[in-house]
Amino acid sequence: MSLASAGLLRLATAGSVDDGKSTLIGRLLLDSKQVLADQLQHVEEASRRRGAGMVDLSLLVDGLRAEREQGITIDVAYRYFATARRTFIIADTPGHVQYTRNMVTGASTADLAVILVDARKGVLEQSKRHAYIATLLGIPHLVVAVNKMDLVGYDEETFDAIVRDFCDFARGLSARDIVYVPISAKHGDNVVERSQHMPWYGGASLLEHLETVEVADDRMAGDARFPVQWVIRDHDADFRGYAGQLAGGVLRPGDDVLVLPSGARTRIERIETFDGPLEEAFAPLSVTVLLEDDVDVSRGDLICHPGAPPQLAREIEATVCWMADAPLRAGARYAIKHATHAARAIVDEVVDRVDVHTLTPDPQADRLGLNDIGRVRLRTSRPLAFDPYARNRATGSLILIDESSNDTVGAGMIAGGAPEAPAP
Amino acid sequence: MSARLTHLQALESEAIHVMREVAAELSRPVLLFSGGKDSIVLLRLAEKAFRPGCFPFALMHVDTGHNFPEVIAFRDRRVAELGERLIVASVQESIDRGRVAEERGPRASRNRLQTTTLLDAIAEHGFDAAFGGARRDEERARAKERIFSFRDDFGGWDPKNQRPELWNLYNGRIRRGEHVRVFPLSNWTELDVWEYIAVERLEVPSIYFAHEREVFARDGMLYAHSEFVQLIDGEQPFLASVRYRTVGDMSCTGAVRSSAADLDSVVAEIAATRVTERGETRADDRVSEAAMEDRKIAGYF
Repeated sequence: MSLASAGLLRLATAGSVDDGKSTLIGRLLLDSKQVLADQLQHVEEASRRRGAGMVDLSLLVDGLRAEREQGITIDVAYRYFATARRTFIIADTPGHVQYTRNMVTGASTADLAVILVDARKGVLEQSKRHAYIATLLGIPHLVVAVNKMDLVGYDEETFDAIVRDFCDFARGLSARDIVYVPISAKHGDNVVERSQHMPWYGGASLLEHLETVEVADDRMAGDARFPVQWVIRDHDADFRGYAGQLAGGVLRPGDDVLVLPSGARTRIERIETFDGPLEEAFAPLSVTVLLEDDVDVSRGDLICHPGAPPQLAREIEATVCWMADAPLRAGARYAIKHATHAARAIVDEVVDRVDVHTLTPDPQADRLGLNDIGRVRLRTSRPLAFDPYARNRATGSLILIDESSNDTVGAGMIAGGAPEAPAP
Repeated sequence: MSARLTHLQALESEAIHVMREVAAELSRPVLLFSGGKDSIVLLRLAEKAFRPGCFPFALMHVDTGHNFPEVIAFRDRRVAELGERLIVASVQESIDRGRVAEERGPRASRNRLQTTTLLDAIAEHGFDAAFGGARRDEERARAKERIFSFRDDFGGWDPKNQRPELWNLYNGRIRRGEHVRVFPLSNWTELDVWEYIAVERLEVPSIYFAHEREVFARDGMLYAHSEFVQLIDGEQPFLASVRYRTVGDMSCTGAVRSSAADLDSVVAEIAATRVTERGETRADDRVSEAAMEDRKIAGYF
């Protein structure tokens, strides 16, 4: 689910250990004047203690004691900054330990991903993996930031060669929009201000691009999807409303609606909020819907328009990122959470596993290990009302939960399903 | 009507969704209400999530006994206005029962003692989820914390072993004795909170606005001169125009010099400030580089 708006851009950053990702974020915060005096003083002191000559901007973002001590990033960190044009939430995902798991977590809510490439090293396998995961998670906008341009003499030809390499690779991806920016995070070139060192680059600085990139909210244009979260009752006022957050499209009072999985039909009487009734509600607003007829609706049900329903199936195929030490195998059972709906699922088959080096599927695979990605067929205890992930990230995603440890062990993106036989 | 949401609408909608998920998936939630600005925003979000129904949880305040009287008065007024139930968990009672021992000396604070009172109250009432107003922009350890933050049966947080949190699919499954802390304001900044208070016209305790107060200087901060703090030799109370950026104990919350007497001036002051709220006003975070991380691991808010 993303919450893109004119006012808010959610982005994820990905890069390997030494690509300078933390330094880039530190630079963005520093140059956009979001680092406050006490934070900077803290980083200056810490840099001195660690014997660093320059202020080590990565110390701004590494929050846990173990991270500062070991000079690594362990977990996704969220950073906030705002300019006059936009508010930003950065999910900073570490590049090495449990890399897939962290990147998938950070990317799941992002509208844009910044992928760092070291100008000296060019497009490595790791950069390709980052781009692959970003597009797998449905992030529509990619920025390839070619960092450490200062170390290659701000050379245009080096940058162009990297752009050509990446373009060749990206032809196989579904990313709609890829922008390339040559930067030096350490010295600030093309991060906030345009660089004096690279007059050959005619594009925007990274921040200018982040401030102006058009993040169209596809969900509003999509079909109406309202997963019911909670039933609000007020007996005195004879009030019974279905509360939830729109996961797609627009609902209006008077609309004919279909409730899934029951198939009940009714109409929207009104749409309420604490601030009063609405003439229309669009994704991702949280609202309360009141229906004309007394139909049976509860948490986990989905309200939509009868002319544009989602698919309904118990047998589904999903691309799964596996996040647990114990592998996923055919026959295993898990709890699943899909929108507001809880169910159980059996793994019928591991269809394939993506080789993270070549990014090609291996159909011989019979399991998914920690940080593996592959296609899986699931059978669920109750039918799921879903859209393919490529159409709707909110109704197309699910998580797998280990019922003995209660841990979240897998992230699933639904590709499709076998249609339910019509009720007799 | 605008087809797009402002960033405050987007944050509000996300927070309402989080609160409803907790109500639906956990059996005994509680909302921690201190009378501070963040929990004031939480209460408004709870109204937006659950009205015209009642809140599906009680409110709880961990009262150190060293709170600002203006804040306690505000707390009781706001709770009465909402018609919801407030539980007060008292640090003084924890001391009287011998669960914790009062710190001694001029720098004594009840800040750390609150953790025991909080965990005891969670166990006593059988709460399995506690809403808190913490934000990720406040502090480095908090920047790493999940919205649904799992606590083991000792109330502890394990920062290296957090559940992945994907999309808006929160996993609230826990075992008996464990609980989750839930932070609907995770993605809000201090400025967002003040702008929201202004947009929603929420009442906040008077100490957030500039007022004359008898203060003394210690470690570069201004503290209220009160019965809860002993002066050290050479510390001289004086009158100054101050306001508070955070609301904690009188013993460990510093005031800032300010003439911002209304909401608009406070918002303008926060937008222009060059120091973080915790760096400027909280002695409890200054103990060490990882002061907050250590307290969170032990079960703090």
